[in-house]
Amino acid sequence: MYCDDCKQRPATVHIAQVTNGVKVERHLCEECSAKVQSGSMKFDVGLTLSKLLGSFFGGASAPATGDLKTCPGCGMTFQQVRQKGRLGCGRCYETFEEEIEPILRRIHGNSRHVGRVPVRSGERYRLLQRIDALKQQLQAAVQAEEYERAADLRDRLKELERERDARFEGGQAQP
Amino acid sequence: MSIKAFLNKQRVHWMSASGPESDVVITSRVRLARNLTGIPFPHLMDESAALTVMRSVERALAGGQGTIVEGLQLVPMSHLNPVERRMLVERHLISPEFAESGTELRGVAVDEQGALAIMVNEEDHLRIQCILSGLQLRQAYAWAEQADNALEQTLDYAFDEKRGYLTACPTNVGTGMRASVMLHLPATALTNQASPMFQSISQLGLTVRGMYGEGSEAAGRLYQISNQVTLGLSEEEIIANLGTVVAQIVEQERLLRSRLMQEARLQLEDKVLRAFGVLTHARMVSSAEALSLLSDVRLGIDLGIVPPAEAPTLNELMVAIGPAHLQQAAGRELGALERDLKRAEVIRSRLTGTR
Ligand SMILES: [Zn+2]
Ligand SMILES: [Zn+2]
Repeated sequence: MYCDDCKQRPATVHIAQVTNGVKVERHLCEECSAKVQSGSMKFDVGLTLSKLLGSFFGGASAPATGDLKTCPGCGMTFQQVRQKGRLGCGRCYETFEEEIEPILRRIHGNSRHVGRVPVRSGERYRLLQRIDALKQQLQAAVQAEEYERAADLRDRLKELERERDARFEGGQAQP
Repeated sequence: MSIKAFLNKQRVHWMSASGPESDVVITSRVRLARNLTGIPFPHLMDESAALTVMRSVERALAGGQGTIVEGLQLVPMSHLNPVERRMLVERHLISPEFAESGTELRGVAVDEQGALAIMVNEEDHLRIQCILSGLQLRQAYAWAEQADNALEQTLDYAFDEKRGYLTACPTNVGTGMRASVMLHLPATALTNQASPMFQSISQLGLTVRGMYGEGSEAAGRLYQISNQVTLGLSEEEIIANLGTVVAQIVEQERLLRSRLMQEARLQLEDKVLRAFGVLTHARMVSSAEALSLLSDVRLGIDLGIVPPAEAPTLNELMVAIGPAHLQQAAGRELGALERDLKRAEVIRSRLTGTR
């Protein structure tokens, strides 16, 4: 008897599998059976990994608020996201923002990015960050009654806000 | 250089053992996950979207003259046979899952030294990786960052001000960065210090695993430590945290090595020389046995017990005894027994210069 898979080497390994109540017998050579076995091991690992991620997403079976929302970018529902343990596209992060927030906190202990920003597309972001920082400095200066410094900061802030409106048509760094 | 020529080279950058602390730290690796905006992540992509990503990356690489990615060629996985794909895994340049299928929808680009590798359409559209010898996380990050900058000149990344670089799996979002080091910790393992150490590490937002096989009894006593948190810390913080912990592990390993030499010199010499004897004379060696014996010999060289073969030889050897490299060397497919024979032959010839 030859191997069911490669049909070249003699079958020395006989595997009986029951899938959905149907018994399937396979006769394989040593090499192909090793592939099948490592494949199925990987499958198991994949399952546990998605289970693990599923638990990040509050379990795959428990219905959650937002389950019926659909991402306009990729068409995934939040239920599918929970089941797969993966997001479908970049817009999923926005679409399922409320649902993802606690998950990110559980995984990372944080939910806000503080690292690097793309050089080319990150200009707006850096500008908004500078505006936020200036606003904070301004508030601190007012509280400390350093009015000259506050006036100076207010001028710089106006300038940056004008630049923002001209180049990026407004927008807030902190939603 | 074509990828085939690259695969014929025996040594890639990290094998040179030229980096700092390379008596304990084998490699430092930084990997950045990036996705293109407006295209579903790879697990949801159809063929045409996958090809769009492939073409976009090709264009970005072609436009990278004068940058670190100059000359890099994106090779579709369909151009590589299974052995060649596995060779890239054994060189730690691509992931095992990525090597599984020979599809034209996925591709890899590797630089001439094998330091920089870019995977296209793995779990994310792009995985930019830099792997260097010894403890050089900062340098590895600097190169990965340069490649990232070069590609971003052309590519529009999926990036969100709040969440950072957007990834298919929420465990990678933010910096999209996984920094890791591969460590050789024979004294830590021999003195049963591995498990307690790993427990304390896992409380620091880092993960540890055996490089080959799982658990604290890792084959070849090679371990990989990497950051778990990618969101809410900057790249520099992640690298500094990991670097600090690794420096402590290196110190402890060296301390334990010298204590072993003081307190159990004879037993240690016996262990190392036996390993050397087996490796220079055996006719058949399994992969697990070889890794374990090579670990003993590596320790022996570091402690001056065994005449110092060049350390790079050991790094090359570690890779050369992988199933794919053995089959490439033999020029044909090998069964399990034939691989054990070939493996013993390769080790003998490298360690003694004869057959
Ligand atoms: Zn077969
Ligand atoms: Zn989506």
